[in-house]
Amino acid sequence: MSKDLIVYVCLLVLAAIQFLIAYQSITPTQMFTRMIVVAVIEASLALLFFMHLADNRGLLWFVVIFNGFVLFAMQYSWTDSFRISNGVPWAK
Amino acid sequence: MSTTTRGEITMPTPTPAPSSLMEKPAFSVPAKKMAMWLFIIADTATFAGCLVAYGFLRNATPNWPRPFHSITNLAVMTFILLTSSLTMLNGVKAARAGNKAGALRWTLITAALGIAFALLHIREWMALIDEGMTLLKNPWGTGLFGASFYSITGLHLTHVTGGVIALIVVGLRYKGGRYNADDLEVLGLYWHFVDLVWMFVVPFVYLLNLAH
Repeated sequence: MSKDLIVYVCLLVLAAIQFLIAYQSITPTQMFTRMIVVAVIEASLALLFFMHLADNRGLLWFVVIFNGFVLFAMQYSWTDSFRISNGVPWAK
Repeated sequence: MSTTTRGEITMPTPTPAPSSLMEKPAFSVPAKKMAMWLFIIADTATFAGCLVAYGFLRNATPNWPRPFHSITNLAVMTFILLTSSLTMLNGVKAARAGNKAGALRWTLITAALGIAFALLHIREWMALIDEGMTLLKNPWGTGLFGASFYSITGLHLTHVTGGVIALIVVGLRYKGGRYNADDLEVLGLYWHFVDLVWMFVVPFVYLLNLAH
């Protein structure tokens, strides 16, 4: 089997795992965590082998650092979304 | 310019610049491929922005609907999109090997899989619209669900549709000799990116909203 075919089978298995996680009796937080872990592994496989970033370390670091910073910067809003759902206990 | 002994004016012959003076491409990647990578990085920010905004709304809204009962259609759509990435790889490989007919065949198979994905997606939308889910309201809970669902899946569907058109155009022009294997590879990057985005849309927009 070629490398591409192995990666394709891995992606199908990981996608199936995501579907199985959706039917587990766990809390939404646990479900979200497990799903994001699987999605990141899937995305990494696609980036490294389908998009050939594994062959170009310089470009790999450029993409990872640039996207990582952007994704990290977007996380500022979560505290506010929890404040809306849970209220502001210290303001009472 | 210089003047000969007979008074004739001659133009200096251009000498090729030494390779050491030529600017090397960034990360040793050709300009077209680098442009596609920059587009992908920018588009990642667009999709990430949409998904983070969706997460914000879902987290902060108490009566968030969970309307999806079956995963069959979603599983088939995911299978089709993942398979289309493999066929795209085969197309680029064939192009690299100089097999024009094979490259066109794999590229058109990829486009056909993209069309199948889009049709299944539209069928799913029609079913949801029939159940009363629109951009602004739905029978299950907050109206924000429809707005965020159609925005994210619509943005992805737009990318798939654009990709299908590009696959057909670039595939045919590659066969006609106007484009080369590099162009097909650059388009392949875009198609894999569309697949990659779906890997995040499926869990967050669909699977976390399954009715249990």
